[in-house]
Amino acid sequence: MPKKRSSKRKQSSDNNGNARAARPFWSGTLTFGLVSVPVDLYPGNRTNRAPLRMLSPDGEPLSRRYFSQKSGKELDDEDMVRGYEIDKDRYVVVTDEELERLAPEQSRDIDLRRFVPLEEISPLYFDRSYFLAPSEGSEKAYKLLAETMKKEDLAGVATFVMRGKEYLVAIFPENGILRAETMRFADEIRSPKEIDLPEKKKVTAATVKKFEKLIEQHSARQLSMKELKDEQMEKLLKLVAKKRRQHKDIVEVEEPKREEGKVIDLMAALKKSLASKRKAA
Amino acid sequence: MAVRAIWKGELKLNSTKVPVKMYSAVKDQTVRFHILDEKSKTRVKQHMVEPDKGKEVPNEEIQKGFEVETGTFVILDDEELEELEPEASREIEITQFLPPKAIPPAYYDRPYYLGPDGDQAAYFALAEALKNKEREGVARWVMRKQPYVGALHADGDYLMLDTLRHAEEVLSAKDLPRPAGRAPDKKELSMAKQLVELLKGEFDPKEFKDEYRERVMEFVEKKAKGHKPRLHLVKSKKKTTTLDKVLSKSIEHLKKQKKAA
Repeated sequence: MPKKRSSKRKQSSDNNGNARAARPFWSGTLTFGLVSVPVDLYPGNRTNRAPLRMLSPDGEPLSRRYFSQKSGKELDDEDMVRGYEIDKDRYVVVTDEELERLAPEQSRDIDLRRFVPLEEISPLYFDRSYFLAPSEGSEKAYKLLAETMKKEDLAGVATFVMRGKEYLVAIFPENGILRAETMRFADEIRSPKEIDLPEKKKVTAATVKKFEKLIEQHSARQLSMKELKDEQMEKLLKLVAKKRRQHKDIVEVEEPKREEGKVIDLMAALKKSLASKRKAA
Repeated sequence: MAVRAIWKGELKLNSTKVPVKMYSAVKDQTVRFHILDEKSKTRVKQHMVEPDKGKEVPNEEIQKGFEVETGTFVILDDEELEELEPEASREIEITQFLPPKAIPPAYYDRPYYLGPDGDQAAYFALAEALKNKEREGVARWVMRKQPYVGALHADGDYLMLDTLRHAEEVLSAKDLPRPAGRAPDKKELSMAKQLVELLKGEFDPKEFKDEYRERVMEFVEKKAKGHKPRLHLVKSKKKTTTLDKVLSKSIEHLKKQKKAA
């Protein structure tokens, strides 16, 4: 569904993090046993893959708009619906309310029904990362859960429905804060058999040894963050800085009409939320 | 049906090369909806427009700009962007090997299977060596004009390559303040420990199903046949009592369940 445009239009922000009010991505309840912990969820990843904005020939930032194929008219949010294609060009319309009602109450809670050693989970399941912050005076239960998982070296696993989608998550403490990693469901992962990878051939001990030796020679204890530098982004920033110094190809828009792609300082939002809890506690 | 390889490359460790084919390990099961024009129930078109004038700007006239300050853009043309592209290569260079858990889960992005492309002996030997040594390789490669960093590991007899996120894309809990509030006391901690231990087990991904997806599909199918399935209203939440009472109740409850099972 397109984002609610009308409400976004009124908000303004700058890129320096003095942004609009920090709002959690989702609020819900984490449960273990019969203990419930109200929490706010914040994204733990941010993308910087597409930092470029689309501009008009005059340098005006562009917006994405939706148009009817039939009449060619521009459509507002209320003129659009969500449809599932059952046949070519035949759709079943599904409303927000229907999707909402399809999730029974208990399915919205993050119910940690299994605790497992985190290293038992293959990395191929991990999808996106979030942070959970305590809310509504749940600090005590939140801390209890975080500390217990840390002591036992366990991660809690649960499924829950958020915004019209069911998620499988692993929740574990990191520096006293709960991180929630969404995971792919088993049926979203292909097996080597499905891909039709060939059956294992006999390998000679000598070849294996040779690789083992290479592995030993190049072993390190930890990953250097240098490996994860976004070199592409650095190159882009360098070019941008150079052009700016030379006053080349620079356009200024008086009042940017910005609707999408706003930069929100996630870290600032999270800090603010954790700090306000501090005062309340 | 066999799955098509999305890319071909060559793993490179020092001077040893292992030719591989790359396959996506993920199959998307998301229920896909389309945005429709409510009146005609047909798909909508999307265009980029100048928000003030509502005028559509055709693709070939769209410029790309990097916002250096609010409202100030540095325009970059296609030629400049092309120059930034990394050099195309088939090489997947393995730079180092790490113990398991050295890479935090938040860095993992997408998993791919690697299959042998010709030299099967070398492929299976490398997978076996990685398994024996319990190591994960750090790999770098360029695919479809994008540079990637990935983690190479064994999955059974096969090799997998997971793409990793860049350092700036992962927020660290270390930079966040610890949540406030009083520390839990001994009694609470021991009860919570009991509770967690009762729920302790192995990770079995098959234990967890996307039931919501099934429910949505069922609903869509019924609706397609002209039925109007009835849906229940969502009820509000229940209240809870003090923490230690709930903890002991939970333990009791779980113990009973275990006995019954």
